[in-house]
Amino acid sequence: MKVLLSWLREFAPEIGVAKAHTPAYLAETLSDLGLAVEELSILGGGLEGIVVAEVLATRSHPDADRIQLVDVNPGDGQALQVCCGAFNMSTGDKVPLATVGTTMPNGMEIAQRKMRGQSSNGMLCSAAELGFGDDHADIMVLQAGLEPGVPLAEALGITPDVLFDLEVNPNRPDAMSHLGVARDLAARLGVPFVMPQPKPQTTLQSVTDNAGDSASLRVSVSISAPDFCRCFAVRVFDNVPSGASPQWMANRLMALGQRPINAVVDLSNYVMFELGQPNHTYDLDLLPDGELGVRMARDGEQLETLDGTARILIASDGVIVNALDEAVGLAGVMGGASTEISSNTRSVLVEGACWDSMTIARTARRLGLRSEASARFERGTDPDVIPLALDRFGELAVALGATTAGEIVQASGNRPAPVTVRVRPERANSILGTDLNAVEMAQLLEPIGFTGAENVSDGDYLDSSSPDSGNLEIRIPSWRPDSADEIDVIEEIGRMHGYSRITPIMPVTQQAGALTTRQAECRNLRALLTGMGITEVMPLPFLASGDLARAGLSDDGITIANPLVAEESIMRASLRPGLLKVVAYNAARRATGVSFFEIGRVYLAGANRVPDEQEHLAVALAGREALAATMLWQRLARHLALLEPTVVNQSRDGLHPGRSGLVLADGQPVGVLGEVDPDVLAAFEIAEPVAWLELDLGVALATNRALATYRAPSKFPSSDIDLAFVVPDEVAADEVACTITQAAGELLVSVRLFDVFRSQQLEVGHRSLAYTLRFASPDHTLTDADVASARQSCIDAVVATHNAIFRT
Amino acid sequence: MSEPNQEPQQPLVSLGFLDSGLLDLGLPEDLLDTVCQQVAAVSSLAELNAVRIKVSGKRSELLKARQALGSLEPEARRQAGKALNAVKAAVEELLATREAELAAAARAEKLVAERLDLTEVTEPLQHGYLHVITQTWQELEDVFVGMGYRVAEGPEIESDWYNFGVLNFPEGHPARDMYDTLYVDYGESGSTLLRTHTSPVQARVMENQEPPIYVVAPGRCFRQDTADATHMPVFHQIEGLVVDRHISLGNLAGTIQAFTVAYFGTSFTSRLRPSYFPFTEPSAEFDIQRPDGTWLELGGCGMVHPNVLTACGIDPEKWQGFAFGFGIDRLALIRFGINDLRELWTNDVRFLEQF
Repeated sequence: MKVLLSWLREFAPEIGVAKAHTPAYLAETLSDLGLAVEELSILGGGLEGIVVAEVLATRSHPDADRIQLVDVNPGDGQALQVCCGAFNMSTGDKVPLATVGTTMPNGMEIAQRKMRGQSSNGMLCSAAELGFGDDHADIMVLQAGLEPGVPLAEALGITPDVLFDLEVNPNRPDAMSHLGVARDLAARLGVPFVMPQPKPQTTLQSVTDNAGDSASLRVSVSISAPDFCRCFAVRVFDNVPSGASPQWMANRLMALGQRPINAVVDLSNYVMFELGQPNHTYDLDLLPDGELGVRMARDGEQLETLDGTARILIASDGVIVNALDEAVGLAGVMGGASTEISSNTRSVLVEGACWDSMTIARTARRLGLRSEASARFERGTDPDVIPLALDRFGELAVALGATTAGEIVQASGNRPAPVTVRVRPERANSILGTDLNAVEMAQLLEPIGFTGAENVSDGDYLDSSSPDSGNLEIRIPSWRPDSADEIDVIEEIGRMHGYSRITPIMPVTQQAGALTTRQAECRNLRALLTGMGITEVMPLPFLASGDLARAGLSDDGITIANPLVAEESIMRASLRPGLLKVVAYNAARRATGVSFFEIGRVYLAGANRVPDEQEHLAVALAGREALAATMLWQRLARHLALLEPTVVNQSRDGLHPGRSGLVLADGQPVGVLGEVDPDVLAAFEIAEPVAWLELDLGVALATNRALATYRAPSKFPSSDIDLAFVVPDEVAADEVACTITQAAGELLVSVRLFDVFRSQQLEVGHRSLAYTLRFASPDHTLTDADVASARQSCIDAVVATHNAIFRT
Repeated sequence: MSEPNQEPQQPLVSLGFLDSGLLDLGLPEDLLDTVCQQVAAVSSLAELNAVRIKVSGKRSELLKARQALGSLEPEARRQAGKALNAVKAAVEELLATREAELAAAARAEKLVAERLDLTEVTEPLQHGYLHVITQTWQELEDVFVGMGYRVAEGPEIESDWYNFGVLNFPEGHPARDMYDTLYVDYGESGSTLLRTHTSPVQARVMENQEPPIYVVAPGRCFRQDTADATHMPVFHQIEGLVVDRHISLGNLAGTIQAFTVAYFGTSFTSRLRPSYFPFTEPSAEFDIQRPDGTWLELGGCGMVHPNVLTACGIDPEKWQGFAFGFGIDRLALIRFGINDLRELWTNDVRFLEQF
């Protein structure tokens, strides 16, 4: 919402008067009121050197298509040639000419120059170039009556002004007008705010056949959807000028970024920007019997809107209908084409209404039609401002030469009853952290229309026995439909008091801050992994259709109903496709052999209201073979003190069938590891092997852990022996180690595989596994007999259990 | 090879100054000089050992002299024995000194041979990097944990109720349009969505925990935004929620200020500006003022709306609360001077290893 300081001052003339009221200060004040100033512009400067010029002739450029030659009279009667890139002006038009030597508002200097061989002695300006709006394409065509040579600022009656571009929140329908912004700002600045009292002079000299009739005989309105339409009011004008609106009005509209159209449209917009009441104009002659009604649309009903589009309506849309019950407008959103004002229009009917905001929002959203009007209706407009708006329309129209044929004709639907809210001052102070008494609160509220139920100024609303704790009975103004509860009024008290004046105090808590164990462990894992040279990545959690299948996994990710692009239409059910894409992306940029990990959620369909989300860890060790993943798993398991961390050789989907396995902790499967299947690597265009580890952290971190218990290191020397066995390939080295551990007895300290030997000398399908066993006793130096006995037990157990041959 | 000391060593004990009884034991008068010369002439520990055997071994003159002691008269034996001990000590000292010299020389030679250029590293540097977002996320968690907060979490795929309904967004409320929501095909159409903010965690915490509540909830959020320099369909927020007795807007301002100083530094300040969110009232935006006076809009906040407290089973007359939320990713951009949000998601190692 853009507002002009000069316009605000029509409601509160003292805004900006005090020396302290610099534009920057006013902007700060607006922001502190919750009307964030996104941009502050000083207008009316920078027009020196720009004059009114008359187009004498337009000629095509001999050597260029995109520019033309324009002869203008800059005021001295001499034709001056200017090259121009716009083609919207014709002979006789008055246009702004930036004369040679002018510095434009954007800093550009106008010099005499040649364009494709033709001299250009100045520049014809668009509205945007002059800082008047957003129209860059066309040269701004001025009013015909202006004298060539007159400085543009003088010709347009432009005086310096300040433009504030405000961000208005959905709960502030009142701030969608100069009236509302002025009311807020005046209240905060403590300057008077005056509600305007427009007085359109009612004249009965009408040119229509019905001249002399009262308005009520010429028009009638009815509402058959009273919950949708709170109020519907019209007024008729004759002799509305058909030409351009006056320059001062056009200037203001342009400053707000609006392009002036003609007097009727501009008037309508002007009133909306001023008072916040959208209004619509109809050609009265196109309305049979001058009748208008309001009803809900019928499913499938058609209406051609002003933009020439045929709209198909549904029953939840509201329509304005004529005497034949034909839709002539999409209520609150856009008018119909059939009653549009044209150059033949003799009488104009102006309509102002108040609609149910939710209905308007739904219709506007469904049809993708967002307009200045719908934006206001969606927030909720003030039904009480309608007569004021029609009066203001009339006042301005009459000033332009229109005649008004009588008074407002209106119908009412179900208007919400005025709301009165009980506000407990101590509650307000408790919420806000303020120390205001009831009188101060009332004083803050009163200027923005939140008044005490009765006798506010006499203080009767206060409980006589304890004046500071008595409750306020606050009447909510009609322009604040968002306010309905005590908390809403408390917010207004805080807003008018100023958030910046509230003392900041840290609350005191007895709670010790902490991460949960799982959160802390995830952090530790990240630290461990980065410490091991593995880099964390964050791929998007979206997948393309087929990504999961490409990774050798079942293709059943949860789909997004309204994805932006097909490549991001599936929620990942595995971290694998995303991480493999990262490996491929980096390898394609010559970063091979890099290790990556991700800790993130995967989404799986489940039995609950929302999908199951599991936190997974995935690690890709590019350029490494499967055993690297096993070693990584062992490190992680040790770091997390997992119980019995185990790898079971087992073919897993998407992994190399002979180089993959399941990992278990405390007997529970917690993940998979191995090497990515060569076909999967090829599908992701990865040329190097990738060792892979993937854990379900939710499960892994919830398993029982080894308790850290103290055992004194033995004071007696330990003793090592080596054992080697020829073992069938199907038997995992870990299984042999496990057998040794069980057979060795209590003196065994550790068993470690130190050599794997494959040779043709060995039986086919077998390999030699060599282990170092360390023995120690907590209470004596080991004897040869101790070790020999344990050794024999181990040999016997391995040979018997695994069909192994002991190598002597 | 190391050379023995060039200076001829003076015998520590000259036999001539001792009682002549030693000569009676058959020791040559120049014994120490001879030992001295022999010791000086060796160039290895092995040679030194040979000398040691020769001068103090079983067939040495020293041992013979000791054996001969017994033949002397007691008084002479005592004197000669004392002198003989002195000679033996002198011989051992000569041997020990030379041994130390040789050991030092051998060590020096070995160390020279083992010299390494410590910059001759051929292994590639193995270092892992934590993602920028994680770094920022953890820093933020640490600030709030330091202020007494716990860290809460909630699902990223949420029900319409937790994302909107319980947060005081009635069905069809225009404020829902402030969020370009991505829905998933799960359950009834339109009932399940990718959470558009971390605020659903507020409701889940309040439903599951009695006040007082002091939590932050960092997490991943989603919007139907086309990726550009300032938008991503996926982003991260951190949400804060406090529910306690008499919590006020002033407490919110105090908390934001404390956070500002803790995270940005003591030369930064904060302010609240009135704003609007359906789930808080009064609502505010909070801005951070940089030392140069410029402002940075950081996030939204406000007092938890009584309707939200009620919907979560908390009596708004007994408990009051505030909530705040802001983007993590943008803080990461600001902290490291990154100018494009998309960079965070390329996972290009050349980007990742800068942080």
